Amino acid sequence: MRRLVLALAVLLLHMAAAMAVTPDEMLKDPVLEARARHISQELRCMVCQNQDIDDSAAPLAHDLRVLVRDRLKAGDSDQQVLDFLVARYGEFVLLRPRFEPHTLLLWGLPPLALAAGLIGLFFAARRRNSVAAQPEALNAAERQRLATLVEGSADGSPPSA
Amino acid sequence: MIPELGHFALVLALALGLMQSIVPVLGARRRDAALMTLANSTAAGQFGFVALSFAALTTCYVTSDFSVLTVFENSHSQMPLIYKLTSVWGNHEGSMLLWVLILSLFGALVAAFGRNLPLSLKAHVLAVQSWIACAFYLFILLTSNPFLRLHPAPFEGRDLNPILQDPGLAIHPPLLYLGYVGFSIAFSFAIAALIEGRIDAAWARWVRPWTLMAWMFLTLGIAMGSYWAYYTLGWGGFWFWDPVENASLMPWLAGTALLHSAVVMEKRNALKVWTILLAILTFSLSLIGTFLVRSGVLTSVHSFANDPRRGVFILAILVLFIGGGLSLFSWRAPMLKQGGLFAPISREGALVFNNLFLTTACLTVLTGTLYPLALEALTGAKITVGAPFFNVTFGPLFVALMCVMPFGPLLAWKRGDLLGAAQRLMAAFGIGLVVVGLTFAIEGKQSVLAPFGVGLAFYVMIGALVDLAERMSLFRAPLATVRARAAGLPRSAWGTAVAHFGIALSMLGIVCAGTWGTERIVALKPSQTVSLSGYTLTFEGLAQRPGPNYTAEVARFTVRQGENVIGIMQPSKRNFAARGMTTNEAALMMRGLGQLYLSLGDTKSDGSAAIRLYYKPMVMLIWFGAVIMMLGGALSLSDRRLRVGAPKPAAKSSLQPAE
Repeated sequence: MRRLVLALAVLLLHMAAAMAVTPDEMLKDPVLEARARHISQELRCMVCQNQDIDDSAAPLAHDLRVLVRDRLKAGDSDQQVLDFLVARYGEFVLLRPRFEPHTLLLWGLPPLALAAGLIGLFFAARRRNSVAAQPEALNAAERQRLATLVEGSADGSPPSA
Repeated sequence: MIPELGHFALVLALALGLMQSIVPVLGARRRDAALMTLANSTAAGQFGFVALSFAALTTCYVTSDFSVLTVFENSHSQMPLIYKLTSVWGNHEGSMLLWVLILSLFGALVAAFGRNLPLSLKAHVLAVQSWIACAFYLFILLTSNPFLRLHPAPFEGRDLNPILQDPGLAIHPPLLYLGYVGFSIAFSFAIAALIEGRIDAAWARWVRPWTLMAWMFLTLGIAMGSYWAYYTLGWGGFWFWDPVENASLMPWLAGTALLHSAVVMEKRNALKVWTILLAILTFSLSLIGTFLVRSGVLTSVHSFANDPRRGVFILAILVLFIGGGLSLFSWRAPMLKQGGLFAPISREGALVFNNLFLTTACLTVLTGTLYPLALEALTGAKITVGAPFFNVTFGPLFVALMCVMPFGPLLAWKRGDLLGAAQRLMAAFGIGLVVVGLTFAIEGKQSVLAPFGVGLAFYVMIGALVDLAERMSLFRAPLATVRARAAGLPRSAWGTAVAHFGIALSMLGIVCAGTWGTERIVALKPSQTVSLSGYTLTFEGLAQRPGPNYTAEVARFTVRQGENVIGIMQPSKRNFAARGMTTNEAALMMRGLGQLYLSLGDTKSDGSAAIRLYYKPMVMLIWFGAVIMMLGGALSLSDRRLRVGAPKPAAKSSLQPAE
């Protein structure tokens, strides 16, 4: 029940102010603002479900947007801003996890699966070709059947299958 | 009385389901036709009872019977009739009832249309279908009964979640479920084939129409959900890589792979084991999707269920069917004979390539969706996997797929001629390159990659047309011959070309709207204006307007292009008193294939309002493309070869159960 209330409260916060980036937050300098927007799309609003801070209307997202802009005004590079936020809020804040030992599998699995698939297909094709190159010999029953078929058509009568 | 009737009907459906789970299998063991055909009547009976149950629940909603708990929690007497109907499935319990309604409908359809199926295969298919149905009947009856009563009955309901009070969302869940649940047929066929230990090209012919149908509904359902998110959530995005969206995308990717591998199996009797595996995996992913959404394991916008008992129950269903299916597969699959040799460069080879990339893309989405959950459970570390991750991993796979797509239909079966296909695609390459150049020249400043995206989309579209032209020998034969060949072309060939054209259209829309979309975020006082991409909007003021179960704050804007007034846009915010929630209703104006998108933000007492204004060029192509893909599926489905139960063109022996 408490979780439900919490979830509803979060939902209500979303709904209360149905606006993400607001005009008064935006920076005067268009280049800096564009950078801020870009960075915002890499950052998660931690109290929301799967929303970046650029899209979220939650108060926390507002605070983070202001923070990002403050750091940019102070002269931080994009990477420095991200590092600053990770130091403060943990890796959870990043929408694109960093490449680290504990995310190895996350980043590695898709290319690995593709490579494994390609290698598997290569070997399957080779095996199939070698099978195709040496057709199996007929067994006794098949030879018999072939003989009757050939005889049948030699007589001019249709082969009985 | 009516809720109890519905409850009772569901219990009867379960009883029939249990019978259908066991008797036909026994019948197949003993070669007893009477026992096997019992499944036909029980399948129809199950559908009848579930439909009765669903009708009972619907009646409770329409008559606003608040003595029923779910009606009290999700409905309101003042709500328009359409939303009273849609709130039947706008909550956990009702949506599960819809799930089993569709499941039993498909079971009844197989029983009715599968007249030319071999008797024992049909018995097994219906039995497996019934195993699934029973698991979900039990789930509903034991953990999610929609017919629970309240005493004393309240006077008024709590209203449907306002975000769900929308026509788009009214039809989104049924479409999606038709897709999810439709794949259960492919699963049942696969399990039945494994039980029988026999599978041939005819099997693929029986499975393909069902898979196609499920795929069509899923395509439309996903597109509908995406358009709903686009205009409701208020920030103009159309795909958020939300776990719930991923849950529907994964079965779609696997189902698309299944459609293509089934073609190989049907035509060339190859890839049998792989097709069976895909059929199992596709439905498994549908089940995982249901689990993710319904168990509350990821609390997101779509998730209304937060009861761990339910989660554990669905998890048990998941383990039972996926684990059972895969175990059966690993035990029986080696017994299936492989057939149909082919060279790497061939139609089969291209379809294998398609399958490799689609399954890898599916795996990427699965990993990205489940990794944070798994990591947190195992190490306690919390990470987020969001849109930027999926864009960099999923994107390249899809681009590779699109590059190869036009080649597939142009290659011959068994051994294809790559150079010949490339030569025939020269026109598509050429036009693609010209488009890249033109796009660079006109709009190149924004992005380096985007012109290539546009070029790629054109190359795939022209490639699809080239395929058709080649089949009709257009430009090579006299017009009469072309016309005759066009008329003789199988519908499935049209279907392929149309569907490939559709996905390229979607891609074009995504690239254009994403790259060349513009936006303004401003605060305006009445009579102030804002300009964007050649359009000027004048803010006329705010007004309050009452709705049936809400009050709306409406902002009025006059839109001008140059000097001409082209229309009025009225974005609004709706305040639903029953839940104390506000929803945002964006105003949309079509401009060709693009849209002006205006969303209202905070308003102040001096009459000023914050707004977000977007111009999104070509954005409608995203969803038109999906509709065209679906039409391609429909064309393919109407192919005579696949028509379910269609009489054979030549009246051979009518005693022959299979061809």
